[in-house]
Amino acid sequence: MRHILAFIWKHNFFFLFLVLEILSIVLLVNRSYYQRAVITNMTDGFTGRINSTYSSITGYFYLKQENERLAAENSMLWQSLRQGQLTTDTLTTHLVDTLNRQTYRYTVAKVISNSTSNRNNYIMLNKGKRHGIQHDMAVISPQGIVGTVVSISDNFSWVMSVLNKHSKVSARINRLNQMGTVLWQGNNPGRGSLTDIPVHVKVLKGDTIYTSGFSHIFPEGIMVGTVESIKVKEGDHFYDIDFRWAADLNSLTHVYIVKNLFREEQVELSKEIIDE
Amino acid sequence: MNKSYLYLFVRFVALVAAQVLLIDHINLGGYINPPLYILFILLLPFETPGWFLLLSSFFLGFSIDIFSNSVGLHAASCVFMAYMRPTIIRAVGAPAVYEGYLSPGIPDMGTRWFVIYSLFLILLHQLAFSILESFHFAEAGLIFIRMILSSIFTLILIVLIEYLFMTKRK
Repeated sequence: MRHILAFIWKHNFFFLFLVLEILSIVLLVNRSYYQRAVITNMTDGFTGRINSTYSSITGYFYLKQENERLAAENSMLWQSLRQGQLTTDTLTTHLVDTLNRQTYRYTVAKVISNSTSNRNNYIMLNKGKRHGIQHDMAVISPQGIVGTVVSISDNFSWVMSVLNKHSKVSARINRLNQMGTVLWQGNNPGRGSLTDIPVHVKVLKGDTIYTSGFSHIFPEGIMVGTVESIKVKEGDHFYDIDFRWAADLNSLTHVYIVKNLFREEQVELSKEIIDE
Repeated sequence: MNKSYLYLFVRFVALVAAQVLLIDHINLGGYINPPLYILFILLLPFETPGWFLLLSSFFLGFSIDIFSNSVGLHAASCVFMAYMRPTIIRAVGAPAVYEGYLSPGIPDMGTRWFVIYSLFLILLHQLAFSILESFHFAEAGLIFIRMILSSIFTLILIVLIEYLFMTKRK
């Protein structure tokens, strides 16, 4: 035993290296919800405060763009109001809407930390558990999809951006109603790729891609992007489609966190099928 | 010696702050994000004890990690780089006698020595970093290009910073 200790002591540089390296890699690879929650809760109070101070200073530089974006969104919302539409049918009026139930709840949040230059990018938002944010809520900007909430602390949350190796979003090409999967290959933050579209349909440049709503996370019909280039590898049954993201992921300031009010019910139901 | 530890602590905080508040927000075409903070590991004095070298590198990497939600990624690459530092110093050529408080920076060792020494260590850091960040054989080409570009850019940045903050020795 003494010899072993003496040996370890003699090579303490190597053994300390081994311990720290293994610790780091375990932290990196083993990312369970529980472990993530522990680390997030410990560190987010500190990093969150620094990031909010930083974004409250830099926020002023983006006020002009942000105002234009809000004005555009307002005009769109005005159009969908009842006053903006000519009533053609005078016999029916809906006073209490019992036919439609609210499916999605939107919470506005401020982006306080963002990156696009890593292989796996994350976004920090200034809303957390206290504001009713939960795992697997969708995050969208007025222009298009942004990401999914992956970890939360009391006041902040981390969002896995669509610019991430682990990000997969179910989407469809609007004109053709063909369903595919949206991924990011990691080479260009301005472009995403759409897979699983079979070659027998004719995809055109400029086709718009929307979310399908099949994943129980994103609402249906949120803009994802517009098709830029279409390729087929020889002998392949699916297209390699590159598209331009609808949202400018590098200049995000305010986003909406979307809660699917029926998500638990939907997940529960699909569990029943898997169990059988 | 106590004063020099305080000095190291200030440098640690300043480099982490510069990295997360400045460098991480600069958009360089989306391909590269130069890790300026590793200048801390490069500039630790020659006679720094091994345990201090490894532990400070681990905490340096960990501090960057908690800001980018990538716990373990920067820490692992920093610890690997710190472990390789004595080997690289020996290979590039260590100074014959340590006269007091020598640090492997440009003022003490000269530009040529510093560039060669930094280049090797930055490459090792980037190698570990790129492999851990996206381990996919399909992405090997992209990883390689990113690694080279990022290393060159980091080296230029670090040499510039060294010149900018250089204090003349008597």
